[in-house]
Amino acid sequence: MSELVIKDLHVSIEGKEILKGLNLTIRQGEVHAIMGPNGTGKSTLAYTLMGHPSYAVTGGEVWFKDQNLLELAPDERSRAGIFLAFQYPVSIPGVTVANFLRTAINARRRAINPEDKGVPIPEFRKMLKEKMELLKMDSVFAGRYLNDGFSGGEKKRAEILQMAALKPEIAILDETDSGLDIDALRIVSEGVNALSGPEMGVLVITHYQRLLNYIKPQFVHIMMGGRIVESGGPELALHLEESGYDWVREKYEEPAA
Amino acid sequence: MEEKPKVIVTSRSRRTGAEAKHFVFTEDQIPSGILSDYRKHAWQAYTRLAIPATTEEAWRRTDLHALPADIFQLPKDKAFENLPAVPEYLLKPLVADQHGGQIVLVPGGSSVELDEKLVRQGVIFTDLKTAEQKYPELLAKMIGKTVNPEEGKFASLAVALSQNGVVLYVPKGVSVVEPLHSVLWGPGSDLAHISHLLVLVDEGASVTYVHEASSPDAMGENSMHAGVVEIQVMQGANLRFVELQSWGRNVWNFSHERIRVEKDGKLDWIFGAVGSRLTKNFSELDLVGQGATGRMSGFYFTDGSQHLDHDTQQNHLAPNTTSDLLFKGALKGKSRSVWQGMIYVAPGAQKTDGYQANRNLVLSEHARADSIPGLEILADDVRCTHGATVGKLEQEPLFYLKSRGIPQQDAERLVVEGFFDPIMQRIPFEGVRERFLQAILNKMSA
Repeated sequence: MSELVIKDLHVSIEGKEILKGLNLTIRQGEVHAIMGPNGTGKSTLAYTLMGHPSYAVTGGEVWFKDQNLLELAPDERSRAGIFLAFQYPVSIPGVTVANFLRTAINARRRAINPEDKGVPIPEFRKMLKEKMELLKMDSVFAGRYLNDGFSGGEKKRAEILQMAALKPEIAILDETDSGLDIDALRIVSEGVNALSGPEMGVLVITHYQRLLNYIKPQFVHIMMGGRIVESGGPELALHLEESGYDWVREKYEEPAA
Repeated sequence: MEEKPKVIVTSRSRRTGAEAKHFVFTEDQIPSGILSDYRKHAWQAYTRLAIPATTEEAWRRTDLHALPADIFQLPKDKAFENLPAVPEYLLKPLVADQHGGQIVLVPGGSSVELDEKLVRQGVIFTDLKTAEQKYPELLAKMIGKTVNPEEGKFASLAVALSQNGVVLYVPKGVSVVEPLHSVLWGPGSDLAHISHLLVLVDEGASVTYVHEASSPDAMGENSMHAGVVEIQVMQGANLRFVELQSWGRNVWNFSHERIRVEKDGKLDWIFGAVGSRLTKNFSELDLVGQGATGRMSGFYFTDGSQHLDHDTQQNHLAPNTTSDLLFKGALKGKSRSVWQGMIYVAPGAQKTDGYQANRNLVLSEHARADSIPGLEILADDVRCTHGATVGKLEQEPLFYLKSRGIPQQDAERLVVEGFFDPIMQRIPFEGVRERFLQAILNKMSA
């Protein structure tokens, strides 16, 4: 079983320390949620795990399947089984969803066998059609330029479509609920639920509890000031819903801040 | 006293180094034949005009000081026999399964094939030499009709001395289904390849014509090409003209091209440029009759120390005419591109719809793209728009693609392919699109 182990992670951006000793372990098959107010470093954690060049790791370790994740390039992390659903997916004009996904799948195949000829087109089409039906996406979507002119809901659905096609072992969903109306939220959550299972571990990063009505975590963590300060079961999320973050702030925020 | 001569020598050598060299062509090299009077007229312009200097507006960004003009010789008859042959892939059809005809122009020779059916329909597709002997009256209707040899040094040179050329005539109402294809193959060193293309698509006729100029890469050597392209699309006629250049890195390439479109005529003009050491190309579209339309689509990709300069002009000379130009280019290494475009709307050319856009993607720190759009509008009821951009490869899209397991190099290629997609969408020929995709792949992995 694959597990992602984060030990005492310190991360800075432009010289400012954002993560200040974060510890977390996520196993395949588990659903974790990280909640916390804005500016506590939730997205920094997501980008750092994916290897964004703007985030400098200044201390700590991240291990995945006996590999030091921090030594891998972003594309190698992806092929190792890590996936990040972006809060703000980037548009790639001129590159269709289908072309992009086929390139991503072929990159995986070629990493295993450099002589690979690529996924046969009929097999790829069939797979794409199934995944798009799962996410209630119109088939014309495959021919549109990736995230180019997509609505907020379309972008998030496209992220989940990529997750479905790439079958990661650990998926990180960064504020996937932001900018979604209730119908889109339901469709996206149903997609995530259909994909999660013993093969995939999920880390849901969210500000609000409402997403957790749809995606049920077994583990809930509260993040504050660049660390995980409380961990518990689903009841912790409900407690936050009722009481807000004030009690967490009072308990953990340094007086200087 | 002894030091003075040294000073003089130094200053003289500086001056000669800074001056352009001169061509060594002579008047007796003008080919004989029915065109010789016209060629002699062009020769007079040639002797009068200097090799352009950067003080001329059109040449401001393209410096010819390093052009070794004095080394270029015209290829001797049958020179091709001792030079590399045309590679097979250049002879394959690009826009359909089969050619209606194919002409191969090589140094000191040529070969011509034309489908019997097209011959019976009155289509003429032959080399310039044959046309001079067999179709003098037709030639008189085609030569000097759109490009004036006095337009420049290289135009006059090409008209005066062209040993090779293509003559295409499609008679009234004839629709040529299978495309016609010509290849100008210019191997060798120290050679001047000089070509003249003449096309007349008569009233209501229709044809697709692909012309390709190419040569093997020969680093450290020098050859040149000077070409003139003169095309007339008559009333209600339809021409799809694809021009590809993949000259070797040793070639200095110059051309003057103008296509005139008459009333209700339709032109789809596609350019692909990936080769040459230096290119200066003047491409002009003259819309002279009501309802004439012309679309110009350009693809270029430079790398190393290549320098490609495309000068385009969309002339709206009659009311209700439409032009639509999109040129897109990518640059690597320390290469440079220049695009300078102009939409001109003549007085009285009302209801004109003109568009021009040039987009550049600079892939390296040392490459440079200059993009200079222009409008000159002398009518009041028109719609003309233009746009020019020079962009770099952004990090965020690349990170996004890499986060899906796509390696850096493939991610870059995908973004570049995406950048060119609007050009691909305008090209109705799969073979041409594939050629461009292959060029992207080659240039990106070089």
